[in-house]
Amino acid sequence: MISDLLSMTVLVGILASGIRLATPYLFAAIGETFGQRSGVLNLGVDGQMLLGAFTAFYVAITTGNLWLGILSAMVVGALMGLAMAFVTINLHAEQGISGIGFYLFGLGLSDLLFQKLLGTVETVKGFSKVYIPVLSDLPVIGDIFFRQNILVYIAFALVPIAWFVLNKTTLGLKIRAVGENPEAADSLGVSVARIRYFTIILGGTLSGVAGASLSIALLNVFQQNMTSGLGFIAVALVYFGAWRPWGVLGGALLFSLVNSLQLWVQVLGIPIPSDIAVMMPYVLTILVLVATVSRVRAPSALTKPFERED
Amino acid sequence: MKRFRLLLTGLLLIAVLLGACQAKDSAPSAAFEDTFKVAVVMPSAINDLAFSQSMYDALLAIQDWMGGEEAMEFVYSDGMFVVDDAAAAIRDYASEGYDLVIAHGSQYGSSLQEIAPDFPETSFAWGTTVDTFGLDNIFAYEAASQEGGYVNGVIAASLSESGVLGVVGPIETGDAKLYVDGFVAGAEATNPDVQVNVNYIGSFSDVALASEAANTHIAAGADGLTGTAQMVVGAIGVAEENDAMWFGTQASQSGLAPANVVANQVYHWEVILKEIVQMIADGTFGGTSFVVDLANGGEAMDYNADYELPAEVMSLADDTVKGIIDGTITIDLGE
Repeated sequence: MISDLLSMTVLVGILASGIRLATPYLFAAIGETFGQRSGVLNLGVDGQMLLGAFTAFYVAITTGNLWLGILSAMVVGALMGLAMAFVTINLHAEQGISGIGFYLFGLGLSDLLFQKLLGTVETVKGFSKVYIPVLSDLPVIGDIFFRQNILVYIAFALVPIAWFVLNKTTLGLKIRAVGENPEAADSLGVSVARIRYFTIILGGTLSGVAGASLSIALLNVFQQNMTSGLGFIAVALVYFGAWRPWGVLGGALLFSLVNSLQLWVQVLGIPIPSDIAVMMPYVLTILVLVATVSRVRAPSALTKPFERED
Repeated sequence: MKRFRLLLTGLLLIAVLLGACQAKDSAPSAAFEDTFKVAVVMPSAINDLAFSQSMYDALLAIQDWMGGEEAMEFVYSDGMFVVDDAAAAIRDYASEGYDLVIAHGSQYGSSLQEIAPDFPETSFAWGTTVDTFGLDNIFAYEAASQEGGYVNGVIAASLSESGVLGVVGPIETGDAKLYVDGFVAGAEATNPDVQVNVNYIGSFSDVALASEAANTHIAAGADGLTGTAQMVVGAIGVAEENDAMWFGTQASQSGLAPANVVANQVYHWEVILKEIVQMIADGTFGGTSFVVDLANGGEAMDYNADYELPAEVMSLADDTVKGIIDGTITIDLGE
């Protein structure tokens, strides 16, 4: 039975599933990484995702244009990011609490709009799998990596892009400086407020896309609370990834691959109780976190509001 | 200053006591000269095509039965997946004087156990469970969902060409577990060589994980899928993509994939709600537990008109329903 796990069908299945499951986490967590590196904690990611998911779904189902759906999800996510930025930076609100407030707002508003504008659960013709000549035809690799929809590819592409921006550009340097020592950054002429506005809005935009990836690419449906806490796990993955894009990728893949593994474990009849199987991704993530925690340090100014002394 | 503070505290105390007394006095007894007022708290949306929707539809049917909005009005709080929010809502409804407060979700049990004794003039109903906590103002209700599950399993095993079926379950508990076990029993009774694979995703709402769970079944060779709870919309999408059959429960899911849904077990909670309303009218506010099943019509098989079910399978299904009702078929839930 356990040996069944090593069969090709199963391994391909686990890897392909894991890659799909990781996609929304990647969008949301990479976005959150920018915000947290600049010193802001946004717990409202799940609410931004839900509102983005609904917006993309509604636009796609009424206009038939999927890219317009993505664009509107980005706009909605950006607007929520703007609101969060204003509350955090101008009003100096406690970030954890205001984040939860935005989560509840996104959860409630997405459901209200869904009830009023659509009324019933239905499906949409979302992004289909992209066929890449040569690559998609590769025997095993092709099935796993190259038979996915375009948003999956974009999510994974974001990782090296985010790494490059954060570590190799001046913008990235400013973001990191603002997150480590905003007073010093401020004295050197960096506008802390402007950088944080940028990162929070960027985070909101990516969370919107994360939601859209669920409703018009991976699942092609919208339902109340369909993210089911995904946004909160994405925030946790930022900590897990040590605030580095490649670390976030590692965390998202670990979590998602173990999740798809446990689904197979149950299907193959391996005698692990379903409650234990379902715990596996979470337990494993915690274990890895415990093993690596001493080597990790958060951005020093994370969650601390910055007041410019004039 | 000290005396002022004492006075203020005293006034506050009196205000609180008065408020508490007010609350008890204003909860009316279930006399039906006035509009019968029902409140329901549900863990998911009223249009979830599953658990919460089944209760919402039942209340509409009850309203119709009682004579429309002047005779019975109902309000609902849906999406109450956070138990503390639900507890607050239940308590608020009870103190606002609703005649019947329905806690539609087994997770609300411990909250209800605390709240119900504070409102002896209010009738509470709690599902899906059999436990009334020995309180005389709590009704309990549950679904014998293994019955419709068995029928679905019989149909699925009869129609399956690959001989492999897949079940996507939420959490291995309550009526979800009953349904899954019933489905497996029905499939295996029909075709002993059938392979029924089951995975539980550990959530009632994680649509993405349900979708991957269904993908797992398809990869394992399943050509018929089933599942329960509102997350199944993800699994139904995968069934549609892969041309597999879908068997639904709790509500009719035919509309979501008209070409793939074969049959649904539909809950008709109004069957037992009518009894509850009648008991309240007669002055009993609780203490009894109810079951919806095929025999009392609280569960019914609903066949998708758009799916061409072969005649012999249809009559096999009908015979199975009859057999369950008259007891000639017993469902072995194993363990």
